[in-house]
Amino acid sequence: MSPAVGVVCFPGSNCEHDVVRALASLGASARIVWHGDDDLGDVDAVVLPGGFAHGDYLRPGAIARFSPVMGPLRRFALDGGPVLGICNGFQVLTEAGLLPGALRRNSGLRFVCTTVPCVVGSSSSVLTAATPVGTVLALPVNHGEGSFVCDEATLESLEDNGQVVLRYADNPNGSMGDVAGIANRAGNVVGLMPHPERASSDLIGSSDGIALLGSFLAAASATAPF
Amino acid sequence: MLPRNYGPTTHRSLGLTDDELDEIVRMVGRAPSDVELAMYAVMWSEHCSYKSSRVHLGRLPTTGERVIVGPGENAGVVDVGDGIAIAVRIESHNHPSAIEPYQGAATGVGGIIRDIFTMGARPIALMDPLFIGPADDPRSRYILDGVVRGISGYGNSVGVPTVGGQTTLDPSYRGNPLVNVFCLGLMRVENLVLGSATGVGNLAVLLGSRTGRDGIGGVSVLASSSFGEPGSGDDAAKRPSVQVGDPYEEKRLIEACLQLLDEQLVVGIQDLGGAGLACATSETAARGGLSMDVDVAVVPRREAGMSAVEVMTSESQERMLAIVTPEALERVNQVCRRWEVEATVVGEVRQCDPDGIGRLRVRDGASGELLAEVPAASLAEDAPRYRRPLAAPLDAAERRADDPGALAPPDDCGADLLALVADPSPVYRQYDHQLFLNTVLAPGAGDAALLECAAPGIAWTGKALALSADGNPGWCRLDPRAGTAATVAESVLNVACTGARPIALVNCLNFGNPEHPEVMWQLSEAIDGMTEACTALGLPVVGGNVSLYNSSEGTDIDPTPVVAVVGLLEGLVRRPPAIGWRDGDAVVLLGRTHPALGGSRWARALRGHRDGELPPLDLAAHARVSGLVAGLVAAEASAEAAPGLVTGVHDVSDGGLGVALAECAMAAGVGCVVGGSSRAGGSASGDGGCVASHRELFSESASRVLVATSRPDRVVALALAAGVPAVVIGTAGGSRLVVEGLVDLELVELRRAAAAYFGEVLA
Repeated sequence: MSPAVGVVCFPGSNCEHDVVRALASLGASARIVWHGDDDLGDVDAVVLPGGFAHGDYLRPGAIARFSPVMGPLRRFALDGGPVLGICNGFQVLTEAGLLPGALRRNSGLRFVCTTVPCVVGSSSSVLTAATPVGTVLALPVNHGEGSFVCDEATLESLEDNGQVVLRYADNPNGSMGDVAGIANRAGNVVGLMPHPERASSDLIGSSDGIALLGSFLAAASATAPF
Repeated sequence: MLPRNYGPTTHRSLGLTDDELDEIVRMVGRAPSDVELAMYAVMWSEHCSYKSSRVHLGRLPTTGERVIVGPGENAGVVDVGDGIAIAVRIESHNHPSAIEPYQGAATGVGGIIRDIFTMGARPIALMDPLFIGPADDPRSRYILDGVVRGISGYGNSVGVPTVGGQTTLDPSYRGNPLVNVFCLGLMRVENLVLGSATGVGNLAVLLGSRTGRDGIGGVSVLASSSFGEPGSGDDAAKRPSVQVGDPYEEKRLIEACLQLLDEQLVVGIQDLGGAGLACATSETAARGGLSMDVDVAVVPRREAGMSAVEVMTSESQERMLAIVTPEALERVNQVCRRWEVEATVVGEVRQCDPDGIGRLRVRDGASGELLAEVPAASLAEDAPRYRRPLAAPLDAAERRADDPGALAPPDDCGADLLALVADPSPVYRQYDHQLFLNTVLAPGAGDAALLECAAPGIAWTGKALALSADGNPGWCRLDPRAGTAATVAESVLNVACTGARPIALVNCLNFGNPEHPEVMWQLSEAIDGMTEACTALGLPVVGGNVSLYNSSEGTDIDPTPVVAVVGLLEGLVRRPPAIGWRDGDAVVLLGRTHPALGGSRWARALRGHRDGELPPLDLAAHARVSGLVAGLVAAEASAEAAPGLVTGVHDVSDGGLGVALAECAMAAGVGCVVGGSSRAGGSASGDGGCVASHRELFSESASRVLVATSRPDRVVALALAAGVPAVVIGTAGGSRLVVEGLVDLELVELRRAAAAYFGEVLA
């Protein structure tokens, strides 16, 4: 049975249709969940997509974390449900306290849209379970505020616990520890700045994101009731 | 008696001439009121009324089998089959960007996007042709940086990818940069809605941002006058005439409007851009052939104390005017609330008056004081049309005779080549160019952007759209007619290099002060050149924009007609070959090189030589070359089994063969050896396969394409059968670009030079 994935749309989100398109091409039944709903509906996994929720005004994710949908999302995550935050979604997850650290202005002080090589740093997450550590993936990035930062102790603990799931091989934004993506301790909540959905077909330049999205869907299927 | 408090010369400060005021008095039948005068001033501005260009624009070919909506509406609409259409439009935001680069460019993006979703189309692609002053001018660097940040800041956030463009740095634009913005949207044909107010009793609903004091007089005092002219005032003081953009408001407005159109809740819709409410209300009423009553008192405002004149002419961004039936109003309000978009009924569609004329009436309060009462069409359509004097420059013959071919040959062609290569990635890396998962050929990959023809709600069926935006002041200064034809030809060839057949063109005609007869001559010639090329290549012009008064300190810019061509490729199954080649490939040159340097970037940028004669353009030969290339590339991209005949393709244009070869080598990471004059068989300008001189290396003669292949005999045979000259000029391999006797460069040197060009400007 194909897993049901909810893709949250905030006003200002813009990658929600892309995530639905990419997941559908991998056999998932993906649908958009409105940020103002206080119920996720019957879903096996949730994606917070990229974009500029609430215009990124104040700070990316700072307003989105107060949306009604975030309450049920928090409970879903704490119950072990697979949650993926891509780009702006990663920013929302850190603002909501579901992932540690924060995303700052890129070190070059400019928006950057390009494809960068990323290395899998840990397979202990719903996103990277199918990709061995050391795998190099060509993944598009597209952000102005993607420079990951946290205190030294947090970074050390992320490293020690295998929570740095993805690292830049060629750091585009000055992220500490070349961090491109992290997971929570349990591995069911993952946030990353690169866009795996933009690497979902050879026609658009890379299909390296399919292994990541496939792993995420496998985790969703594992939690799906029959 | 309508309120009238203006002085005897007020109309001049609003941009109207004495004759124009007399004409307004005649049309209204009395002296206009304050609000009426202000509305005529903005609606009759050059920017809104095309009063200097309209008599010439009618010569352009605008019809074709696929054309659903041609020029005159908010965007052109062209059928691409399967019940799907594209909406396309290009505009300038030159003067705002000169005064306030970030907001000028940002609101240019916002405005063009509204023109597209007004038609019912989802905007899916932007392109930005930019022409800015030279890199050694600090103010020009500031303008380029601000413009790129503005496009990035607005375009990325509003969620429309910027997939192409052009960035030209040239002294001609030092005082007056050009920022043109193109947008393409995708729609179901049945969702097409026009900007027409029909149905007596229907309501005019203002959607989006509140109205503020920004952008008042944007179309008139800012867009329709030159910079730095005596009596034109302090240019920096025009900054309040630049609008301020809010991409988040626009994003919600897009989603709300597309949902309203999808649910068929509106009978007509029009964006508010230049001239604001005055324009949207008068144009919709004029198109519907009816009257409209507007209550200025209910328009939501950003600040207290705004006058009716300010409310009617404000160019505050992110606003739309929807015409809805009273029954649909409740649902319209629901949809707008969901997207947090403010919706206010500001007017009502009324019967024509007993004299058969549809009038726009503006009141302060539903039954309050009457502030304006004018024939709607007189604002929208009856602006004066000027047949301004035009004259070829007196020194035309001398300038034509001063050919750069006579300049001393370079001591080192390699050094000149290094000065000509430019990698624009520091510009386009700041733009989201991948949103919607459509981008098959991203900026830098091919001669045109290639996109899957798909959008949210419109599934991909294997079609692809190729987009190219082009302008070349070097060519058009020498000969506006032939230069414009060559610009169209170049854009068509770019599209062909991705395997697509051109289906539509939009243009943005950027010229100087139309009161200078030479500028009017340039404009008229350019329109004739575009007409010739479009007619010969079977390409309809489905929309356009004219930007005049691009002039500072009395000096006009070089004529800069910009065109954007859209091509269609059916049955895309894999990425087509693009700029580059493979180790061991033969490099075939299609088309014949005229060893002439007139109009070349070599002459203009490296030698400061801006005169001479353009190499000839044979439009029939051009059609053969572009048809051949489109066929070869499409066969690789769309056939179930790719023939594997073509492995790389790149058109030869700006910078000539030298730059084209360098770009292929850099893209591939593989060098090339091209035969020089010592090679037997004659030169590329004859029938042989070598590049004999700097004239052949840097000539920008038209209708030429480099094709990489492992089966050169087959490619040459196909070309000759199609009536296209073709010759093997070199072999790809190694880490050096060698043109025997002229150039010998390591790829790393080329890459370093190319990266430095924009890298240093945007550091």
